[in-house]
Amino acid sequence: MTLLTIAIDWFYVIEKILLISAVLAASLVIAMYSTWGERKVAAWIQDRRGPNRAGPFGLLQPLADGGKLFFKEEIIPATANKFLFILGPSMAMLTACMTSAVIPWGDVLNIAGREVSLQIADINIGVLWVIMVVGMGVYGIMIGGWASNNKFSLLAACRGASQVISYELPMGLSLIALFMISGSPSLKDMVEQQRESGIWNVLLQPVGFLIFLICAFAECNRTPFDLPEAENELNGGYHLEYSSMKLGFYLFAEYINMFISSALMATLYFGGYHFPFMDSLGLSPNMVTILGIAALFLKTFAFIFFFMWVRWTLPRFRYDQLMKLGWKILIPLALVNMIITGAVVLYRSIGF
Amino acid sequence: MQTLTNRAQPVDRRPMTFWEKLYLPAIAKGMGITFSHIFKKKATVSYPEEKRPFSPVFRGLHVLNRDEEGRERCTACGLCAVACPAEAITMEAAERKTGEEHLYREEKYAARYEINMLRCIFCGFCEEACPKEAIYMTETFAPSNFQRKGFIYGKDDLLIPDPKHPITVTKKD
Repeated sequence: MTLLTIAIDWFYVIEKILLISAVLAASLVIAMYSTWGERKVAAWIQDRRGPNRAGPFGLLQPLADGGKLFFKEEIIPATANKFLFILGPSMAMLTACMTSAVIPWGDVLNIAGREVSLQIADINIGVLWVIMVVGMGVYGIMIGGWASNNKFSLLAACRGASQVISYELPMGLSLIALFMISGSPSLKDMVEQQRESGIWNVLLQPVGFLIFLICAFAECNRTPFDLPEAENELNGGYHLEYSSMKLGFYLFAEYINMFISSALMATLYFGGYHFPFMDSLGLSPNMVTILGIAALFLKTFAFIFFFMWVRWTLPRFRYDQLMKLGWKILIPLALVNMIITGAVVLYRSIGF
Repeated sequence: MQTLTNRAQPVDRRPMTFWEKLYLPAIAKGMGITFSHIFKKKATVSYPEEKRPFSPVFRGLHVLNRDEEGRERCTACGLCAVACPAEAITMEAAERKTGEEHLYREEKYAARYEINMLRCIFCGFCEEACPKEAIYMTETFAPSNFQRKGFIYGKDDLLIPDPKHPITVTKKD
């Protein structure tokens, strides 16, 4: 019966709980300030100033917006299915927060003789977990749109579902090419490999990165792929019937998704917490880890800015153009990319 | 074909080349344009702190003027009220008593003088009609109040401060 006596390492549990809280808090705060950043970037691109009244540089604007959403009247339509109506935004928020579990936010920190890994769960199917959770994220949209019992919401939900299905395929295919190079779907292994070789995956997989980038835009429902929330076509999209903080959850989930996709792109293709000359600086390991975290967040913020920049540059796709791009261009391109990568990997490992 | 102006551009209807069909160069060009706009001068004027310059003939809220000795110029002739197309001006005349010569320039003055700023269309006809150069339109604009009656400006709102006898007691005290 010795198998049943499980020794619980309490420090490990506390360490993980603290890490989870920190990552959750960070993603919420970053999502909050992404709304501020979005409005600032939009304003700058349109030669305006953006929010600048609430606090210095308008930094208290997200708090004001959040407060407003909390105090709004909560309306559940009489014809809506109440359970599913509430489940929708909860699901969107839950899935948005879950993805961050497998991203390595940094290398190990050495605290009082303990090696603390800055990754919540180093599971060996890391990327598959991300794809799965992102795929579940569309349920939030689908359930919300369907439970509203409104034709425009339903139309938006259908659009969202088919869009995510169409773009998940090329995304997965571009990741397979990446697995072939790294040989492991664990995100930690991928980062460590990029650190050892010093070559970021974007140099080895430029086409794969482009495909992944486009698919990330589509998965986040960001312009030019924001058809599920095309205001002028659908009266607001899948969250048409939502009010108060339930609407806030949907909007918030979108920004968390954007942050997580940015972090994921930085991890997969831009070396994660690796930065050039990381191991030859001669700093203490803890210092290198902290600088690595800063490097990862810098890359993530650059991607978040890129998301916003694209949003305020490109117009929305028409629906048939969206489908044509997904099925007729991205999937064949991803397949060719995968085959070429496979051939090169095979050639380098065994020769002919 | 003869064009009306020399600005007309013929539309290029050739089929797109492969390079154009990639769209990515065009997207990069567009992104470059939007990025360059980030550093451009902002068109916004932060209104309450900075204001746009007015034209010299701008017509804002009215004032009732005084002469060099600080006496009210208005003689309550009623020409401004007659000239007003919006019928925003009303007044009541009163006769100057002995000992009030330092207050009113003419023998008759306006005991009550009201302009309804909600009716006023800021045409400036009152300014033109005034024979005594008593009413002028300033650069003050955008009055705000919580009640409609707050927009009916009386003499205490319209008269400019007396340079000789400055007011030390305000309405609030």
